[in-house]
Amino acid sequence: MINGISINMYLLLSTVIFIIGAIGVMARRNTIILFMCIELMLNAVNLLLVAFSTLHNDSSGQVFVFFIMAVAAAEVAVGLAILTMIYRNIKSIDTDLLGNLKN
Amino acid sequence: MIKLVALIPLFPLIGFIINGFFGKKISKGLSGTIASLSILASFVVSVLVFMELQHSAQKENVVNVFSWFNSGTLKIPFEFLVDPLSTVFLLIITGIGFLIHVYSVGYMHDDEGFSRFFTYLNLFVFFMLLLVLGNNYLITFVGWEGVGLCSYLLIGFWFKNTAYNDAAKKAFIMNRIGDLGFLLGIILIFVTYGTISYTEVFSNASNAGSSTITAIALLLFIGAMGKSAQLPLYTWLPDAMAGPTPVSALIHAATMVTAGIFMVVRSNVFYSMSAVASETVAVVGVITALFAATIGVFQTDIKKILAYSTVSQLGLMFLALGVGAYSSAVFHVTTHAFFKALLFLGAGSVIHAMGGEQDIRKMGGLKGKIKITYVTMLIGTIAISGIFPFSGFFSKDEILAHTYEHSPLLWMLGMFASMLTAFYMFRLLFLTFFGKFRGTHEQEHHLHESPASMTVPLIVLAILSVAGGLLGLPEFWHMPNWMHHNLESVIKRPVYSTLSHETEWTLMALAFTGALAVIYFTYLMFMKYRVQPAEKEEQLRPWQRLIYNKYYVDELYDAVIRRPIDGISRFFYKFVDTQFIDGIVNGVGATVRVIGTSVRYLQNGNIGFYLMSMVLGVVFIVLLTFLIK
Repeated sequence: MINGISINMYLLLSTVIFIIGAIGVMARRNTIILFMCIELMLNAVNLLLVAFSTLHNDSSGQVFVFFIMAVAAAEVAVGLAILTMIYRNIKSIDTDLLGNLKN
Repeated sequence: MIKLVALIPLFPLIGFIINGFFGKKISKGLSGTIASLSILASFVVSVLVFMELQHSAQKENVVNVFSWFNSGTLKIPFEFLVDPLSTVFLLIITGIGFLIHVYSVGYMHDDEGFSRFFTYLNLFVFFMLLLVLGNNYLITFVGWEGVGLCSYLLIGFWFKNTAYNDAAKKAFIMNRIGDLGFLLGIILIFVTYGTISYTEVFSNASNAGSSTITAIALLLFIGAMGKSAQLPLYTWLPDAMAGPTPVSALIHAATMVTAGIFMVVRSNVFYSMSAVASETVAVVGVITALFAATIGVFQTDIKKILAYSTVSQLGLMFLALGVGAYSSAVFHVTTHAFFKALLFLGAGSVIHAMGGEQDIRKMGGLKGKIKITYVTMLIGTIAISGIFPFSGFFSKDEILAHTYEHSPLLWMLGMFASMLTAFYMFRLLFLTFFGKFRGTHEQEHHLHESPASMTVPLIVLAILSVAGGLLGLPEFWHMPNWMHHNLESVIKRPVYSTLSHETEWTLMALAFTGALAVIYFTYLMFMKYRVQPAEKEEQLRPWQRLIYNKYYVDELYDAVIRRPIDGISRFFYKFVDTQFIDGIVNGVGATVRVIGTSVRYLQNGNIGFYLMSMVLGVVFIVLLTFLIK
């Protein structure tokens, strides 16, 4: 029980957000939306970590969240750089057009 | 000197190595001399060993050369057995071998493969010596196979001719069929007695059941049938005449083909204990003798006549073995070696004079032109026909007398074969040396006597063919039978003749007069009435054509054995090899390709697809972890 809301609610919310993010990753063609969905998944995990750390009064969960945020930031930087390079090559951000390695 | 018996096979081996490696680089004269001297050296040592054995009371001498197989209970040392039987064969092999080497120096003079010939000849003598000297069945078998190999090499000596190569292969393959029986026999001996050493096996021979002993004897005899050209494994010998004549003389008359007889005499204890095996040997022997003699009557190639004569005489030797007359068989081996080698070398001399012609229908009247050859061949022919006092008379008479004691029927068949022998041999003599010359003009001009290197061995062999009878004078003449006494210690269960002197005299007289009558008949036929062999096959009557075509035995083997095996081969090639085995191998490749083609679709360059597979993979693994719990 955290602030009167049972832990199951946090679990459910986190899972739902994660699934939305996962489906988004699988189904979207726009690269920027793809990156946003990846961020969604990461943040869902962050939420879960914080919830459990509050439940058990163990701060190591929140410390791990800091790590994840830092890594996520770095990853976004790299990801956007790749996006820019792709745009320069195919003048589009549709992932379906990246088929040069096919067969 | 008996201790140095290992020198005897060593000299030819050295000759083989020298001629084999350096033959092309040294002159022909040197090559021939080295080869001949090595055999002469072996002969000298053989004589010394023989003399020492004669004067010693110890008749069975085992000389260890080196320890060969020695692992656990299996002990097969490389030992030589010096006893009366092996020393007799040593003298024959090295003595006649030496004469034939000298002859070959003259005969093969113009051949470019001169040193190769002597390499093979020396190797052959080496293996033959191993065969007779070994103290266990394995050394004998090594020698057995080795002489088969050399026979193949020498028959196919002029390898550029495909027909000769086929003859060589035929000889080797037929030998191998017999060798299978021989090998099975050796294995059976090993399984029964735990050893294959002659001295040990023969002293324990009675420790086995009678059916085992019969089986051993019959299996060993199958080997002898192949090596010594008995029915049904005889067809290779006439074809082996494709080799040079000295080869025919040495291998296919005097030595290799007698290996079968040697082996049976060596193993005589088994044959004495098994009446079934002995009877089989005798019957096969006499039938072969008769069969081959009938074929020889119609042949027109001088070497083929002698080849069938060899098969026939070997049959007589096996007849002797079958009725228990082991020393008579060895006696006949000795005298046969003398006069058959003489006849073959003489035929070689005739062929040399005729510039390569071998058909007796194209010869005639040669006795004035090649006198030494004529006289020596006359002596050989008289000897083989069994005319007193030449050697053939004594050895054949012994065989026939022992056969009569065993079975008058076999005696009659043996007599008939002997009379046919006299007939076709004198037919050969009359058609070749008498009458008018029937060849071409060039051949007539070419006729000349052979050089001394060829005629001297002929003369030596002729003397031996005349005097050889002294080795085994009949006992009922109150004369010493040296061969019989010599081999007494080798024959483990001797059978003594119970014929009365009258019977022996009658048999001897019958044989002698029979031979004379046949010779007179042959003289009338070919000299007085000038009967000529038919020029073409169509001129022969049906029964004559049957015999002229060797009873179509080769064709029979072709149809019954070769064709089915060919058919099976073809079936295995077409179906099992091409479709089945290639199918499996190709199938593996095809399977890999199919898997590859289908898995390839995972790599489609589609990023969305990759991402989805990643997600699905993680989900899958998580599910799996929960399920395994």
